[in-house]
Amino acid sequence: MLSIIRSIWLTFLHLFHKTETIQYPEEKVQLRPRYRGRIVLTRDPDNQERCVGCYLCAAACPVDCIALQATENEEGRRYPEFFRINFSRCIFCGFCEEACPTYAIQLIPDFEMAEYDRQNLVYEKEDLLINSQGKYPGYNYYKVAGLDAGVKGKGEGTNEEPPVDRHSLLP
Amino acid sequence: MATLYIDNRPYDVKEGKNLLETCLTLGFDLPYFCWHPAMGSVGACRQCAIKIFKDENDTAGRLVMSCMEPVGKETRISLDHPDAEKFRKSVIEWLMTNHPHDCAVCDEGGSCHLQDMTVMTGHNYRRFEFPKRTYVNQYLGPLINHEMNRCIQCYRCVRFYKDYAGGKDLDVYAAHNHVYFGREKDGILESEFSGNLAEICPTGVFTDKTLKQHYSRKWDFTFAPSVCQHCSLGCNIIAGERYGELRQITSRYNGDVNGYFICDRGRFGYEAANSVDRIYQPALKEENVSLNQEYIINDIAALLSTSNCVGIGSPRASLESNFALQQLVGNGNYYSGWSDEEHRLNKAALNILQNRTAEIVSLKQIEQYDSILILGEDLTNTAPMAALTVRQAVRKKPVENAQQNINLATWHDAALREYIQQRHSDLFILHPHSTKLDEIATQVSYSTPHEIAAKGFTIAAAIDATADQVIDQIATSLLNAQKPLIITGTSLFNEPLLAAAEAIVKALKKRGKQPGIFITQADCNSMGLAMMNVPPLSSAFSKLSDSTLIILETDLYRNLSTEKADEIMNLPKRIIVFDHIKSTTSEKADIKVPVGMFSEADGTIVNNEGRAQRFFQVFVPKNEWLKESWRWLSLLKALKDGKAIDENLSISNIQSTLVEALPQFRGIEDAALSEDFRLNGQKVPRAPHRYSGRTAMLSNENVSEPKPPQDIDSPMSFTMEGYRGIPPSSVTPFFWSPGWNSVQSINKFQIEIGGPLHDGNPGVRLVNSNSSITPIDFEQKTEKISLKEFEWQLVPVYHIFGSEELSAKAPAIAELTPKPYLGLNQYSLAKLNLQENDMATIEHHGRAYQLPVRLRAEINNEVALILFGLPQTAFFVKPVIIKIRPASNGITNNNSKHE
Ligand code: SF4
Ligand code: SF4
Ligand code: SF4
Ligand code: SF4
Ligand code: FES
Repeated sequence: MLSIIRSIWLTFLHLFHKTETIQYPEEKVQLRPRYRGRIVLTRDPDNQERCVGCYLCAAACPVDCIALQATENEEGRRYPEFFRINFSRCIFCGFCEEACPTYAIQLIPDFEMAEYDRQNLVYEKEDLLINSQGKYPGYNYYKVAGLDAGVKGKGEGTNEEPPVDRHSLLP
Repeated sequence: MATLYIDNRPYDVKEGKNLLETCLTLGFDLPYFCWHPAMGSVGACRQCAIKIFKDENDTAGRLVMSCMEPVGKETRISLDHPDAEKFRKSVIEWLMTNHPHDCAVCDEGGSCHLQDMTVMTGHNYRRFEFPKRTYVNQYLGPLINHEMNRCIQCYRCVRFYKDYAGGKDLDVYAAHNHVYFGREKDGILESEFSGNLAEICPTGVFTDKTLKQHYSRKWDFTFAPSVCQHCSLGCNIIAGERYGELRQITSRYNGDVNGYFICDRGRFGYEAANSVDRIYQPALKEENVSLNQEYIINDIAALLSTSNCVGIGSPRASLESNFALQQLVGNGNYYSGWSDEEHRLNKAALNILQNRTAEIVSLKQIEQYDSILILGEDLTNTAPMAALTVRQAVRKKPVENAQQNINLATWHDAALREYIQQRHSDLFILHPHSTKLDEIATQVSYSTPHEIAAKGFTIAAAIDATADQVIDQIATSLLNAQKPLIITGTSLFNEPLLAAAEAIVKALKKRGKQPGIFITQADCNSMGLAMMNVPPLSSAFSKLSDSTLIILETDLYRNLSTEKADEIMNLPKRIIVFDHIKSTTSEKADIKVPVGMFSEADGTIVNNEGRAQRFFQVFVPKNEWLKESWRWLSLLKALKDGKAIDENLSISNIQSTLVEALPQFRGIEDAALSEDFRLNGQKVPRAPHRYSGRTAMLSNENVSEPKPPQDIDSPMSFTMEGYRGIPPSSVTPFFWSPGWNSVQSINKFQIEIGGPLHDGNPGVRLVNSNSSITPIDFEQKTEKISLKEFEWQLVPVYHIFGSEELSAKAPAIAELTPKPYLGLNQYSLAKLNLQENDMATIEHHGRAYQLPVRLRAEINNEVALILFGLPQTAFFVKPVIIKIRPASNGITNNNSKHE
């Protein structure tokens, strides 16, 4: 009996609390930058595609909803030939973002992706690639990798010695 | 037997092996880089450190490299000792100080031994803050990619390339922490085994360049155990598919056949499966009718029941497909597709094996023979992996000597090579021209095929001679050897050669020896076709006119002269070709039906030693035409006979009819486990458990995932679902074990390191002692062929790239195919008044052909060499006499063009 009265009293008190419910969609929700919503592919500081087609996001994805194919340009730079996410399967766990060695794939605070037709939830690279560095500005994978992919020559990267002269025996 | 105490627990182990392989055999995970089961130890990388103790009272112990330490009678070691663990972790950390931040763009990633070992030792954080050493890369040709920054200086590449495979153009340059593994300057790698670098190198320095064009990670492939289709040896391979495309071939360990390696033709020839020359759609020559599947099949079935049918089988089609065709057209109407010469040669090869005078030697067993005679076969180019095993065989005696004289274990690689230097056991090569193996031969001689055969008979006679003193050097060596081996083959189209080989083994046997015989043939199923015992093409002539001719996966224009082939193609009323790749024959057919290549089909082929081996379908192609020929042919048979169509016809159904009809093939059912085999009620998955993209790869077409295809022919599934663990050897689609993502995981699949796979090496030897064999009469004519003025005897030269039909269609292989040429010696050139690179005009069968001339100083005056198997040299199908027009001064020969 006492507990019922207590419950009614507590519920009554809520009348005077600040409301959490907002009038969506008229009123927009404020989300934190690290909210795990729609997935995008970002660009590096040179405005090139960041994704190097390493397949790690696809491997990390617990529902296997990422499929891509890596390819290379004439300079040896790897990028995805196609990159597809089936959002009708995605569980927005963020594992792909965690796995990505280049900060290419990022989850952003946008969840407004509802569709009437499930087929429209299949996003291709054109739908995913944005014109921004996203949450991690400044990182350029090809500058720190050893590979010469047209971004920097051998030995010109961060913290690299000039290439070895293989005809020399000098110390 | 010895006792090995590992962290105080006793194990029964073999004495004399090194501690590393012993620990790996026992199932321990011990990191290593420079040791390789086929190449032994050099102690270069310092990664395999363990603690060894004097006796049970020794607690301090000392650090040793486990790969350099033999197992004694009673050895006490510790793998987990903190000192050893710390040492191993530090070694990796040092290696990593210069390692690039490349995994994401490195083709090795996901199957990288360095990644595996780094995880195994526990190194995970880079403390070194100084700059990294860098290197520039080299262009190494269309097969292998070079990214030198990733090198960890383990020396495996040069040890394989130079020491094991006899290559000359890959070496170590510079010094100290600058050592560089590459060529003297940029250029195409010359070795026929360069592809193995991709598997040998524990890092991403050397990777498969053809894979790079359609790169996938190891975990994303769908794999199947398969058998190489590019020569008669039948090396075991793993074929990998992604997105409906065959993308990679790697070697599949088989301790009886190819061991750890395969040749470059086998590794890179797969691109033929994706080539522009594939037949994807059926084509009718005349009417422009609907190409509806049902329509065409019914059309063909109607044709078959209204006219008499003749079938031509193929040495590159599976046994099942050949048999299904035989069933369809009836026993008496089925022919082999071989010319008379080839027919006789392959029958002779089979006969020699069946006679059982000599031991039938498997590819890997070649390594056990200590005196080898090669009669007219350029192994490096006709059966490449046999050349690699011969290179190991010639080390046998010196290695044994080293063991006896200075007690050096066989795995002590660097010390052994130092001790042996250039010494080798006896190898004799009799061939029309120089070959790559000449450099390790005791004696070579260049002569015409007939002279080689004659020399063979002389050797046989010398061995046979009851005289105590044998004067012939070769005969003496063979007689004195513990295990003499005769290698010959069909590539020179010379039957007396085979007869000579038979005579030699008979003579050796008579003198109480146990000789071995190894005969190479042209195609992957040549032996299978020979065993089917069907008549050659020439016998078909009488039946052809007005018939319906079905040609199965073969190009008549490769086996017969153009005139002969034309004659055959003109006789029948209708010609139906079942093939997966375009050829002159398929383009002339009335109806062309596409079928599956080895990656899209199941089947059994018989290799040169009579071993039946099963290859499995890798994936189900979207194109519904690409099914096994035997499936189409069985369907046609059912339609023709008006029987019910069996939708679920599986390979074991057809195999059981096959062995009933052709009992000589009894045993092929055991070449692989049957489709109803299950492990814990589960199928064996073709895809690794981390296969990605399942719910997205086809979602662009339809967001609802399709039902995965079912496999009615094998106990393997086309997906990642199924049994986890080590499957039986015949259905092992790929090698993977927890913590071992690279090919090095093979250690876990062997009973003993370098020994057989867990339930035996797959494959069944079909040719066994068979009393009902009637020896055939060999053609033994070895007299000199008389040549008229300006006549030469044309002898084929083979090249690993280009001489084989299918692999030649792969772009990377095509790039390496040499230009056709006519090889003549100085005398012949002078006689013809020709210079090197001039165009020579060859007259043959009333036609004239032109080819550039190349000087081959070593060959005989009567011999002209011609590159075999190229479209430009297709007029040449067997040794013939040709006439070459001498150049008249100043006037070039251009009155006719070759086609
Ligand atoms: S993990 Fe990152 S770089 Fe790698 S494929 Fe995915 S998005 Fe591209
Ligand atoms: S060699 Fe291995 S560890 Fe090195 S970059 Fe390549 S995948 Fe990574
Ligand atoms: S290139 Fe590869 S195999 Fe050769 S030394 Fe370097 S890591 Fe070892
Ligand atoms: S030796 Fe022959 S069977 Fe073996 S990989 Fe090479 S081509 Fe294939
Ligand atoms: S594996 Fe033992 S030192 Fe390299």
